[in-house]
Amino acid sequence: MAIKNQTSRGVSHTSLLSIRDGHTQKRNSAEKRFRIYGMVALSIGVLFLIFLFASILRSGLPAFTQTVMNVEFVVSQEEFDKAESKMLKTKAYQDIFVAALSAELARRNLDVAFDNKAIERIVGKPGGTIRSYFTEDPSRVGQPATFELAASSRVDGYFNGRVTRETLVDSRFLKATDLDLVDALQAGGIIRQAFNWNFITGTDSGVDNPGGAGLGASVIGSFFMMLVVLFLSLPIGVAASIYLEEFAPRNRWTDFIEVNISNLAAVPSIVFGILGLAVFIQFAGLPQSAPLVGGLVLTLMTLPTIIISTRASLAAVPPSIRDAALGVGASKMQSVFHHVLPLAMPGILTGTIIGLAQALGETAPLLLIGMVGFVAREYPEGFLSGFTDANSAMPAQIYTWASRADPGFYEKAWGGIIILLLFLITMNAIAIILRRRFERRW
Amino acid sequence: MLDVTTVERDVAVNNVKISAKDVQVFYGDNHAIKDVTVEIEDKTVTAFIGPSGCGKSTFLRCINRMNDTIEVCRVLGDIRIDGENIYDPKIDPVQLRAKVGMVFQKPNPFPKSIYDNVAYGPRIHGLARNKAELDEIVERSLRSGAIWDEVKDRLQAPGTGLSGGQQQRLCIARAIATEPKVLLMDEPCSALDPIATAQVEELIDELRKSYSVVIVTHSMQQAARVSQKTAFFHLGSLVEFGETSKIFTNPIDPRTESYITGRIG
Repeated sequence: MAIKNQTSRGVSHTSLLSIRDGHTQKRNSAEKRFRIYGMVALSIGVLFLIFLFASILRSGLPAFTQTVMNVEFVVSQEEFDKAESKMLKTKAYQDIFVAALSAELARRNLDVAFDNKAIERIVGKPGGTIRSYFTEDPSRVGQPATFELAASSRVDGYFNGRVTRETLVDSRFLKATDLDLVDALQAGGIIRQAFNWNFITGTDSGVDNPGGAGLGASVIGSFFMMLVVLFLSLPIGVAASIYLEEFAPRNRWTDFIEVNISNLAAVPSIVFGILGLAVFIQFAGLPQSAPLVGGLVLTLMTLPTIIISTRASLAAVPPSIRDAALGVGASKMQSVFHHVLPLAMPGILTGTIIGLAQALGETAPLLLIGMVGFVAREYPEGFLSGFTDANSAMPAQIYTWASRADPGFYEKAWGGIIILLLFLITMNAIAIILRRRFERRW
Repeated sequence: MLDVTTVERDVAVNNVKISAKDVQVFYGDNHAIKDVTVEIEDKTVTAFIGPSGCGKSTFLRCINRMNDTIEVCRVLGDIRIDGENIYDPKIDPVQLRAKVGMVFQKPNPFPKSIYDNVAYGPRIHGLARNKAELDEIVERSLRSGAIWDEVKDRLQAPGTGLSGGQQQRLCIARAIATEPKVLLMDEPCSALDPIATAQVEELIDELRKSYSVVIVTHSMQQAARVSQKTAFFHLGSLVEFGETSKIFTNPIDPRTESYITGRIG
């Protein structure tokens, strides 16, 4: 479309700038197309993210609740003596419990028939728990006692909608008729859902007890590993980068080292795992399944990441700053430590925390050095033994749970992922805060 | 001919501060400076002029051994400051750089407060015994840098927040703070606007009273305005060296004349 223009001199001419020829049109539409591609790609990514978060939350949140049965009853001295004199002592306590439960239901006018077996299917065998409560401290006999008994994973599943009467038709672990009892107990307020603190503070349980499984010991394992990684990889990585970037001569050797650092960053983590097994455990004789060894392996894995990001942030400091420092008579080291390093700090910290976050989520090398989930059966005794006592780490624990048969563990695995993600989000937030803070200082 | 208004010239002969003899500089295989012999006087502004790549900045950086930081760079020959060979193995280049201050092309204050910018040099060299002495050095340096009045109320503000001209004067104050004998300036005004340039030039003339100032410049007018002595470099050689007024009005070498009349460079 050509536009006729009148210029001040009165000469009419065709404006070159408003012509829309084929070439311009093609260029403009190519640009528009590219923008649409970008937006489509972005929305696909966002969609996946939403889907991922939704499914994690949906599958994982039930792990944070548990179904507990609350019964208050009194064991008289007579009952206690009688139970203790029996051959099957825990069975006797269970009978007392069932009697108390029946009385409680009758008191609330809830008419439902049940037997000992149904109770066993719902809360396992509570007799042992009850007996040890009284034998531990005989003065508790005759006093009202409240028991919070964790229900089986299928009862949990019933509350979460995973288990229905239809799915229980052929089950021998929980019968469809038991759910009537569960409903009655719920109506009576005896069974209810509570926040599962044990999931956060507890340790791993046996394969038949998903309700009692907790991530706490593995969180501690991860924590000790991260301590090792932080205190080894940060100083080693930063020192190596400063030397390579600021002091080392540029020659074939440093080129060779540089290429190999980049290559190491791309080595699969399982290779580091088998290296750790061979060197740290078999050769150096360090204990198996120890967070110390895990930390050493993850240090090897994290170092290239930290070195690469540190070198990049050192190289990004303008050379004029180095000139300025040298110009007033600072030594090379003074110029690096007084001026270059503080300016590179935000980048170094970000790289380090991203490296740590990567290490926190690493599973494969830990499996090779024996930090599998079922090892995390108890907390370490003290701070130092936290490094050497056999333990697991969060991702390895999640992996172990995910490979167990009981659907209750599947739920726990998702719940574990939520906790792991919370830690990662926290670390990234710290990285952002630190970066902002250091940047503001200048 | 270039129309040059030369300021009042101090033609009295001063002591020789820097003497260079047969200086050669190599960047790898590239022979960047060839046989430069020059004597630079105390309390004088000496300008190095010449086309780009002629070696004037390279030669300047030899005087405080900043070229040491470039790996492939090799310096041969003899440069003496107050009779002392600065390339002697016994000389510590770090100490030398405190005594031979340098101002760079682009203002490069540290990303710290104005106070810390100036105090950094004295601090690392231990020139002040206490805070009061340091305060005094900072104030004296900022006054000498002709920037005290502008920044005295905000010494804790970041140096990078100043304008370009103020930053450059801050850098000059920073260079002065270590009490140097010589002040090297590598195109100190090329990143500044005309007003800031005028202020810095005025400052250079002021500094001449206490220091031997060597300035590399692209602008011949600037050389004519601020310097008493001028050295013309071409293709790595020192072509002509002498009184500024003489170089600009009556050059001996035809290459100098071609350059100042704008035919080469």
